[in-house]
Amino acid sequence: MATLQQRLWDHGSVRFGAAVLLLVLGISLAAPWLGTVDPAAMDANTINQAAGKSGAFQLPDGSVVQHTFWLGTDNFGRDVYSRVMYGGRISLVVGVCTALLALSLGGVCGMLAGYFRQVDAVLMRFMDGLMAIPAVLLAIALVAVLGANVATVVVAIAIPEVPRVTRLVRSLVLSLREEAYVEAARALATPTVVILWRHVLPNAMAPLLVQGTFVAASAVLTEAILSFLGLGLPPDVPTWGNIMAEGRVQFSMQPGNVLFPAMFLVPTVLAINLLGDGLRDVLDPKFAKRVG
Amino acid sequence: MTTFLIRRLLAVLPVLLVVSLLVFFMLRLAPGDPAAVIAGNNATSEDIAQIRERMGLDQPIPMQYARWLKQVVQGDLGYSYYLSKPVTALVAQRLEPTLSLALGTVLLAVCIAVPLGSLAAWRMGGWLDRGLSAFSVAGFSVPVFVIAYLLIYVFAMQLQWLPVQGYKPLGGPQSQGTWAWMRQLILPWLTLSTVYVALIARITRASVSEALQEDYIRTARAKGLSEQTVLVRHALANAAVPIVTVVGIGVALLIGGVVVTETVFAIPGLGSLTVDAVLNRDFPVIQGLVLLFSLSYVLINLLVDSSYVWLDPRIRH
Amino acid sequence: MFVQTIATLAMAFAFVVELHAQTTVPANKVFRFVPHANLAVLDPIWTTAYVTRNHGYMIYDTLFSEDAKGKIQPQMVQSHSTSKDGKVWTFKLRSGLAFHDGKPVTSEDVAASLKRWASRDAMGGVLFNFVDKLETPEADTLRMVLKEPCAIVLEALGKASSNVPFIMPARIAATPGTEQIKEHIGSGPFLFKAEEFKPGSVAVYERNTKYVSRSEPPSGLAGGRPVNFDRVEWVIIRDPQTQFNAILAGEVDMVEQPSFEQYETLKKTAGVKMDDFAPAGFQYIMRFNHLHPPFNNPKIRQAAMLAVGQQAFINTQVGVPELVRLCRSIYPCSSLYADENTPGFTGVANPAKARELLKEAGYDGRPIVMMRPTDLSAITKLPLVAKQQLEAAGFKVDLQQMDWASLVARRAKKEPPAQGGWNMFFTTWSAQDIDSPLTSAMLNAKGAAGWFGWQDEPRIEALKAKFARAQEVAERKKIASGIQALVYETAAYVPLGEYRNPTVMRNNVSGLLQTPGIPVMWGLAKR
Repeated sequence: MATLQQRLWDHGSVRFGAAVLLLVLGISLAAPWLGTVDPAAMDANTINQAAGKSGAFQLPDGSVVQHTFWLGTDNFGRDVYSRVMYGGRISLVVGVCTALLALSLGGVCGMLAGYFRQVDAVLMRFMDGLMAIPAVLLAIALVAVLGANVATVVVAIAIPEVPRVTRLVRSLVLSLREEAYVEAARALATPTVVILWRHVLPNAMAPLLVQGTFVAASAVLTEAILSFLGLGLPPDVPTWGNIMAEGRVQFSMQPGNVLFPAMFLVPTVLAINLLGDGLRDVLDPKFAKRVG
Repeated sequence: MTTFLIRRLLAVLPVLLVVSLLVFFMLRLAPGDPAAVIAGNNATSEDIAQIRERMGLDQPIPMQYARWLKQVVQGDLGYSYYLSKPVTALVAQRLEPTLSLALGTVLLAVCIAVPLGSLAAWRMGGWLDRGLSAFSVAGFSVPVFVIAYLLIYVFAMQLQWLPVQGYKPLGGPQSQGTWAWMRQLILPWLTLSTVYVALIARITRASVSEALQEDYIRTARAKGLSEQTVLVRHALANAAVPIVTVVGIGVALLIGGVVVTETVFAIPGLGSLTVDAVLNRDFPVIQGLVLLFSLSYVLINLLVDSSYVWLDPRIRH
Repeated sequence: MFVQTIATLAMAFAFVVELHAQTTVPANKVFRFVPHANLAVLDPIWTTAYVTRNHGYMIYDTLFSEDAKGKIQPQMVQSHSTSKDGKVWTFKLRSGLAFHDGKPVTSEDVAASLKRWASRDAMGGVLFNFVDKLETPEADTLRMVLKEPCAIVLEALGKASSNVPFIMPARIAATPGTEQIKEHIGSGPFLFKAEEFKPGSVAVYERNTKYVSRSEPPSGLAGGRPVNFDRVEWVIIRDPQTQFNAILAGEVDMVEQPSFEQYETLKKTAGVKMDDFAPAGFQYIMRFNHLHPPFNNPKIRQAAMLAVGQQAFINTQVGVPELVRLCRSIYPCSSLYADENTPGFTGVANPAKARELLKEAGYDGRPIVMMRPTDLSAITKLPLVAKQQLEAAGFKVDLQQMDWASLVARRAKKEPPAQGGWNMFFTTWSAQDIDSPLTSAMLNAKGAAGWFGWQDEPRIEALKAKFARAQEVAERKKIASGIQALVYETAAYVPLGEYRNPTVMRNNVSGLLQTPGIPVMWGLAKR
């Protein structure tokens, strides 16, 4: 039987997804050295330049540099290429942190709710209440109260996701509770924590991972929606989402402002999803039974 | 079963109370003053203070809450600061467009995604599986408004088959008929359902493929049942719980997509009402809408939970 | 399966039936207009919002109106006369004027409407300070008795922009100015279909068949008001890309304010054309908070005024060279009182001199709390430009980004910036609102009771009072220039440049009237 690493490596989705994500990570880290300028720098003389043009660009400190606008400039006079390169950083951070936060909180709540009836009643009512508040509304309100920075945006997007994760885990746990091996473990007086950890969690892993990748992907997209409504991260913190949201006014005329960041955002989100698919396929013991 | 339902329905009330309390306080403690929004650019601080007084916003918050609660119990959801109309009237006006959009999307998505996902799981590794995976993953990797703009560009601007924006009512005196109603909604449905087809198809594929590993499938096949029976009556039925859960969850997710879709396609629904209300700090509307959404979510979840009992007899309450 | 087939067949059948359905109004008699903002408040006296003002022009009429040359002409008034001592003004109404509910317009209605207007409007308030009593000797005659001669009677009664002295039935005008009216009945060329009004979605107007138009050709807001449509719909579309698509697809006939980014494309697109009903345009401004440091120090305000240059603002926020203009006057450069002789202000950024002045003034480096609205595309770029320019001159800027609702709430707070207050914000005004010392909000220098920023400058207030009494235009111009000089001396606020925002309409639409900034639906026709 192949080791876990070998099986991971063998899976096409995992290879592809991981490769793309590593590439994006690399680009984001290396952004300052990839021929970029300050992504927040605006020069009123370089508004709406076409892709590939080069010219003089005035930086905030007054100095002027010769710069090539590989992807053109936006309607503020900022270099789109620089913004897209730096945009990856925040977009990735938002995605990953939101998913981790939502999964940990939701996973714990879901397992508790699914396994213990008493906890179920109270916790699910609370989750119902939380989920009842429309996610967008909650996110906007939280951003308004806490201010628009990366930490608050992560919390604002993660919290509405927690009830959903909880529900999914709970529904799985409800089904798994009745599985023969779980009943057997209970009959053997195995401590609950052990049952949860050894029997329930591995079986919940696969759907949790699928859900987790969805959360990460949707976090990146939700951030774009918040920017679309004018309530996301301020533009001097470039994210692919808010670059697209700002560029949409000229979509018919200069689709580049929306399409270029999309060309980075879509593959990244795709890669996250594929990675999750692959991981689930490999980690799911039932799948392993079929293949290995 | 009935006691279960009644108990759950009663449990709704404390949820609504908690939600309304949370939202009420959050709104008043957050920055942003509805009086200042309404007063406009020409006003002075005195004007704004006067308006605040008229709105009752200078009262202590618990008192404001008590007053609002009393109103709600009597069936009065309040009066919009900004739009000068009763909240119930606003909601009534905007319910049809949002329901048309939301229900149509869910229906379309389920009808496409469940069969596709099941087939993909059945022939795992085949071209349908790969193709579906590719499409479904791409489907929810693109922001909703980008999909919307692309669809509008192709179908409304270039081909001119469908309208760019707007909503025509299905019922009532201003209705121009069913086809006019549908025509306005085709692009919005396609936009929103892209995400849901992707999501539901994935979960369907995952759950059905898991179900297909089960021993009872081998037994069913050994019994000589046709593949179709195996797929539908055994695999799909057992995979139903996660699928239904995700559809239920998907309805909850709908609001985010609905808000953007209603804005892009200028559909006068509850989504755009919510955004406007939040941006204008129209407290009564926000509070009323949150209450409404709470109620509908709880009812939908109740429906989903009840369906578990029907779908998976192992779950007993 | 079976159910689905039936449903499909039913749909198909319904489709075929609907194809033969009739339309009620011919296409060229319905006009679809996309206003620049959502029409939420319907009371044009309670609010100064431009969209509500425009709604007012649809359904109400005024005593006097401004024509294309800027002259005040009688509208509802047949004739008027002044007594020898200038203290008694008599107005006679035209015959046949009636409200939408059929009742005739009387002087009582006029008196009540004017009273309500004056309780809210700055210029109206100034006028009514002069008024001793309003008499209604006849149903069609109004007599205004003043305490002393007033130079601005006609200018006030013919005021074109917010708040406009619209005439309403006396029973509706009896509503206190601090409450919104509940009925929307006027005597104007259109009537408002309240039952079809969907806030946030559509507002519907129908032609007032009983409207008695003046016989002169329309000029600006004055003269006749020929209506060529049976039905006008104001369609609310929030997303600028959707507005763009809608006008191109012909789903709407006119978009009031297309975004500047779309300008070049719209100019070149077949099927639509650009025109301008507001050639006087708009002006951006930068406002200081005079109550708290550092801008309570006039030298530091002066330094900020020196640090910013108009060109960068209009280039960045508008970006279309033919639509912008530099203007050194606080009054729009196309207006009567414009005066570009401004030794105290160049409008060109001079960071070196600003830096010097800052040092001289003893700037302690404390950051300026600058407010930026993230969701208002019309002015959202201005603070970013200002930040760059101010920092280049040595200021420290703390850019607070928030949505408009948060901004207007914060703007009203008089607390120090660190405790929820502010130092600086930006906004834009229609030329009509700032072309006279009596209407411009920034010139409300009554200190704590004044406009946001709370400048306390009794000299400006004194000059404004003189202005209201000056009978000769030459004298008024002198006083206006004097006020301007004070504005620059005290750096009350900084004008950041002017721009026009042309409208876009389908090619088959003609007859757009040029007015003081109001898109009027009379005069327009569709082929």
